[in-house]
Amino acid sequence: MLDEKLIELKKEIVEYATLVEKMVKKSLEGLLLKDRQALLEVMQKDEPRVNAYEIDIDELCTNLIAQYQPRAKNLRIILMVLKMSNDLERMGDHAVNIVESALFLSERPDVKPLVDIPKMGELVTKMLSDGINSFVNEDAELAKSVCKSDNLVDDLKDKVFLELSRIMGQDPSTIERSLHLLRISGNLERIADLSTNLCEDVMFVVEGRVIKHHREEQENAR
Amino acid sequence: MDINPARISVENLNFYYGNKQALKNINLNIFEKKVTAIIGPSGCGKSTFIRLLNRMNDLVPGGRVEGSILLDGSDINAPEADVVDIRRRVGMVFQKPNPFAKSISQNISYGLELEGSRKKDFIERKIEESLKKAALWEEVKDRLDESALGLSGGQQQRLCIARCLAVEPEVILFDEPCASLDPISTKKIEELILELKKDYTIIIVTHNMQQAARVSDYTAFMYLGELVEFGHTEKVFTVPKEKRTEEYLSGKFG
Repeated sequence: MLDEKLIELKKEIVEYATLVEKMVKKSLEGLLLKDRQALLEVMQKDEPRVNAYEIDIDELCTNLIAQYQPRAKNLRIILMVLKMSNDLERMGDHAVNIVESALFLSERPDVKPLVDIPKMGELVTKMLSDGINSFVNEDAELAKSVCKSDNLVDDLKDKVFLELSRIMGQDPSTIERSLHLLRISGNLERIADLSTNLCEDVMFVVEGRVIKHHREEQENAR
Repeated sequence: MDINPARISVENLNFYYGNKQALKNINLNIFEKKVTAIIGPSGCGKSTFIRLLNRMNDLVPGGRVEGSILLDGSDINAPEADVVDIRRRVGMVFQKPNPFAKSISQNISYGLELEGSRKKDFIERKIEESLKKAALWEEVKDRLDESALGLSGGQQQRLCIARCLAVEPEVILFDEPCASLDPISTKKIEELILELKKDYTIIIVTHNMQQAARVSDYTAFMYLGELVEFGHTEKVFTVPKEKRTEEYLSGKFG
């Protein structure tokens, strides 16, 4: 009884995650190709769907807990899906932030050829899709590798920050565009953080271990 | 979800044991091919209620019914209603398995013979079919002539379900069907109920709230003879409308 419902729930969260993954990809492509059509689609079509998924999944999880009193791994899955659903909704919001800035930039000349932001974008979308796959396949190793990529994204964000600071100092006419680029890198960095959250939750489901906030290292040190 | 028509409509139903009023103005629809669970603390009237649905309370001394219970639109308490036919159409499974002290196959053929069936191959086919529907066939097919009392409690309960199915009811009433069973047998009966709802309309009375939550589509909460709340199970168990339901479900009384 519960098993079948859990399969449905997983199917729904995977569809939801795939939608968010596509939004992030589309917002980046829209930025690089100045494709306003794609950017507007993210904002007008995809985002409302994300919100509907979030509400659906909240309701489904609440019902499963109330009706089936899940225990052990089943309970961990439901708790995780709830959190994952929140995180995905946030990621959708970040994608929309990227879209807003990309729309602004699409009508203006480039500040500079984009190098590090596309790299960040590639890393972040890979983290997100690996995160989803690690959930689908309950692959704790893959989840762990995603957590490690988070540092690379942080480094790139710092690099973007320094470079844009320098450009803005040299030519104040680039400030507004540069701030939009900074906003984009900031939002990408948040998506990476949320993908990391997702993977920490996967490890909680698969292995029942809490790895958040470097808890493991603390416990080993004790 | 409400697309299924009501199989039973209960309207302004009151029931008295002598001077004591056990049910107070119950109005409720039982939807076709759905599972409706009735929950509530002991003495709230839930058993009284389902026993009225196939006139099991007819013989209660001083028992008096007011209001109507419509089965497919006809009042089951009308003077012209045939109680034997009603009990065939509305079958019942009780708290304690109560097979007849006869062979497994005779437990099932009895109702058919009572109805006037004499054809041996028809009866044999019915026995197999009913036992299969009750998920018991594989366990008993090689010992159909042995006494039903030799079966385990869970098997006896499924035999009672098979016995009920043999006469092709439309509605099945379950009165605490798992109260005397272990968790494994309970799970089997619950799975069976979910399977049976494809073909039958089911009403289950249970003390076990978790069971109601797991198996039912609709839940009715009764308290002190009143129907406090009726609704989709997932709603009743997550956001009940009535304060009393909320308190009962969260263990504050009952």
